[in-house]
Amino acid sequence: MGNIPQDHYEPKPNSTASWIEDRLPIGGLISHLMNFPTPKNLNWAYVFGGILVLFLVIQIITGIVLAMHYQVGDEAAFRSVEYIMRDVNGGWLLRYAHANGASFFFIAVYAHIFRGLYYGSYKAPRELLWIIGVLIYVVMMATAFMGYVLPWGQMSFWGAKVITSLFGAIPVVGDSLAIWLWGGPAVGEATLNRMFSLHYLLPFIIAGLTVLHIWALHHVGNTNPTGVEIRKDSIENVKKDTVPFTPFIAVKDLYAIVVFLIAFAFFVFFAPNFLGHPDNYIEANPLVTPAHIVPEWYFLPFYAILRAITDDLWIMMILPFDAKLGGVLAMFGAIAILAFVPWLDTSRVRSTDYRPIYRWWFLILVIDFFVLMWVGAKPAEGIYPTISLLGTIYWFAHFLIVLPVVGLIERPKPRPATVEEAFNAKHGIGGDSGTAKTDGKADEPAMQPAE
Amino acid sequence: MAHTHGTTDGEEPDRRDILFLATGAVGAVGVAASVWPLIDQMNPSAAERALSSISVDVSGVEVGQQITVTFLKSPVFIRRLTEAEITAANETPLSDLKDQSAQTAAGGADASLENRLADPSRDFLVMNGVCTHLGCVPVGEAGDFGGWFCPCHGSHYDTAGRIRKGPAPTNLPIPRVTFTDEDTIRLG
Amino acid sequence: MKPIHTLASAVLIASLTATPVLAAGGEVYTADVDFSFQGPFGAYDRAALQRGLQVYQGICAGCHGMKFVAFRTLTSDTGPGLTEDQVNAFIAEAGYEIEDEDGEFAPAKTYDYFPEVKSAGAPDMSLLAKARPGGAAHIYSILTGYTGEEKEVAGTILYGNKAYPGGWINMAPPLYGDDVEYMDGTEATLERSSKDVSEFLMWAAEPKMVERKQAGVRNMAFLILFAVLLYFSNKKLWKRVKHPK
Repeated sequence: MGNIPQDHYEPKPNSTASWIEDRLPIGGLISHLMNFPTPKNLNWAYVFGGILVLFLVIQIITGIVLAMHYQVGDEAAFRSVEYIMRDVNGGWLLRYAHANGASFFFIAVYAHIFRGLYYGSYKAPRELLWIIGVLIYVVMMATAFMGYVLPWGQMSFWGAKVITSLFGAIPVVGDSLAIWLWGGPAVGEATLNRMFSLHYLLPFIIAGLTVLHIWALHHVGNTNPTGVEIRKDSIENVKKDTVPFTPFIAVKDLYAIVVFLIAFAFFVFFAPNFLGHPDNYIEANPLVTPAHIVPEWYFLPFYAILRAITDDLWIMMILPFDAKLGGVLAMFGAIAILAFVPWLDTSRVRSTDYRPIYRWWFLILVIDFFVLMWVGAKPAEGIYPTISLLGTIYWFAHFLIVLPVVGLIERPKPRPATVEEAFNAKHGIGGDSGTAKTDGKADEPAMQPAE
Repeated sequence: MAHTHGTTDGEEPDRRDILFLATGAVGAVGVAASVWPLIDQMNPSAAERALSSISVDVSGVEVGQQITVTFLKSPVFIRRLTEAEITAANETPLSDLKDQSAQTAAGGADASLENRLADPSRDFLVMNGVCTHLGCVPVGEAGDFGGWFCPCHGSHYDTAGRIRKGPAPTNLPIPRVTFTDEDTIRLG
Repeated sequence: MKPIHTLASAVLIASLTATPVLAAGGEVYTADVDFSFQGPFGAYDRAALQRGLQVYQGICAGCHGMKFVAFRTLTSDTGPGLTEDQVNAFIAEAGYEIEDEDGEFAPAKTYDYFPEVKSAGAPDMSLLAKARPGGAAHIYSILTGYTGEEKEVAGTILYGNKAYPGGWINMAPPLYGDDVEYMDGTEATLERSSKDVSEFLMWAAEPKMVERKQAGVRNMAFLILFAVLLYFSNKKLWKRVKHPK
């Protein structure tokens, strides 16, 4: 399956297992997944992939179960959610787990994305692995947005109205596109109905993309905090750099999962509405807009970018379209730019641990993300639009300017020759690591940049 | 998820095994406990359970007439039997019956008409209108015995709702039924 | 490696803490009031809920419906805890009736719901305590926050209220003290009855709160135990990788 040498599954000849294996190599697949050689120096930043798989499963299971009680309809939707909360056995638990599960899914996905950016997980040969990940994130956002519409409260309704109206900004086809999305002259029951259908469908698209994501991962192997590739030339060297996924990484991931679940359970059981908005406990009313519309917290950075673009910016005076379209393009561009990161990064090394200059810029990017998140929840008045604009400018500048330029001018710190060497140095194992190469580090095959 | 045991060998195998076994056991309990809400949510909700009792006004039902009410999402027949129907039911020896039990909610009694009436001193026969074969709704005043006939697979019930012919195994069941006053029946 | 840990935890912690900004809407006065249901071990005070039901029925119900709350739920052990007979007596005394298909009115059954009241244009109270920032404390603050001032705007009288966003509310002061006569003999002061009805409305909005918190305590205890076991299992497992002989 992969290009990393590992022990192969050999059922006993003439056994049932062998009969099955000849027809469907399921034993080989399971053995491959369980024994997958994983770098032994992975730190705690690498646990979020496992957490994400678990939350995808939690969301799909609680979602299927909630759909057994949820009803689509102008009045039925809100009422059926209350029915779930009040009358269905354990319904409150299922709904709160699903609603907060979305938030924790996003916490994990942001941690996962920033880990990837920090350790250069997108660099060759992992460009497709990364791009599939960006796709998963985009489909996640669509799924979460449609899910938030389903309770049909005030925030559901007006969120749906605002976000679908974005498509109206597209030149020529915008108006008919919005009508097509709504299935009527405005957001209504028809819109809700299709959102439910798609909200049920998209998680399975995510699951499919996740299979591709993991398939690609198992083909190229994990990165690790050193950015140095594990040695793949012989099974002996592989074993020196890695541990089998089960039990070492599995137990470590499980421990991280349970710690993460403690935080999740705290919200579900003791603060289930903290991440939600009170207005969504008011039934949708097409005649009254809530005073202050805010999307869910995980959309806020991009919502801030959407609102940062106004007609009085000089750039908007040059561009041949208005700020409405400009904001929409900026918002989608801010996400889409992630897909180009593998080719925007010119550095010779993967891991920011060895990048003395870039690490500060990375820190600024993380801060920028949270500033945008904070300002996205503020009203568009006073100092806030300026902060949004500055945050937006840095977001694009980071990927379009900092990432290519710093990679060219920066002199990376010396890196260990092998994962084994780094691991042994950290844990003080053996004075003499005879296997580590001592010659120049820059000509390590793994050191080669993406281009 | 995790296979904590495995083939690890080394010092202190006992302590390691106990720790790993305990962890595995706690994990298994956690998975089992998480599954229960997913199963229990399919049981009837509090709103469904609250509807387990209804009252029916039967003042308008004439002798020889049947009304059908919905109780627990299924039809219930409420019929005032005619003299002829009562006679026919009483003249049938119990030994002719395929099912000799009254099939009341209380259970125990034999299938005589008296035991199946809502109140032995009155002519109200109240039965679940669901064929005991595969759940179709039988048609009234039909079949070989002048009672009910199930069109799905040809079960014939007599004037007391007792199975006489066809694939159905038991008499039409009698729900828990009481007269709260002269004109009102309480089901459940 | 240290900065990475710091960054990773910063992402996690900041994600969790960046959100209170959402709750911060208009800055309005919220009274500092202690409810028995607060905190991870909090539970509703049954006597307060029963008194709150009296206040709701006596004062609020004329204008505010409560359409998602079924009478049967008043028997909840963790809620008002009325008996079935008490619920039927409550329905009879309040005169709640349900119209059947023939247009005839009959007394509501326990499985029926409080009515929807649209005439006054006042919000439904089923979810009010969850639909306002501040929740039950906000409702209490509104009820006790009237300044006594009035003004007329476009033919409508507005009442000064320091807890209402903007400072002027459409609703005339509903409670003054001694508005209802409590069945348990408690004196119905303004503060007492405001607090009771606020707690009752919190129960109406979140009837499963006590079950939720109880389940939460059990779940947290379990997860912490499991995490501790996994921590040591993981440490033990990696020991021979990190410290080979």
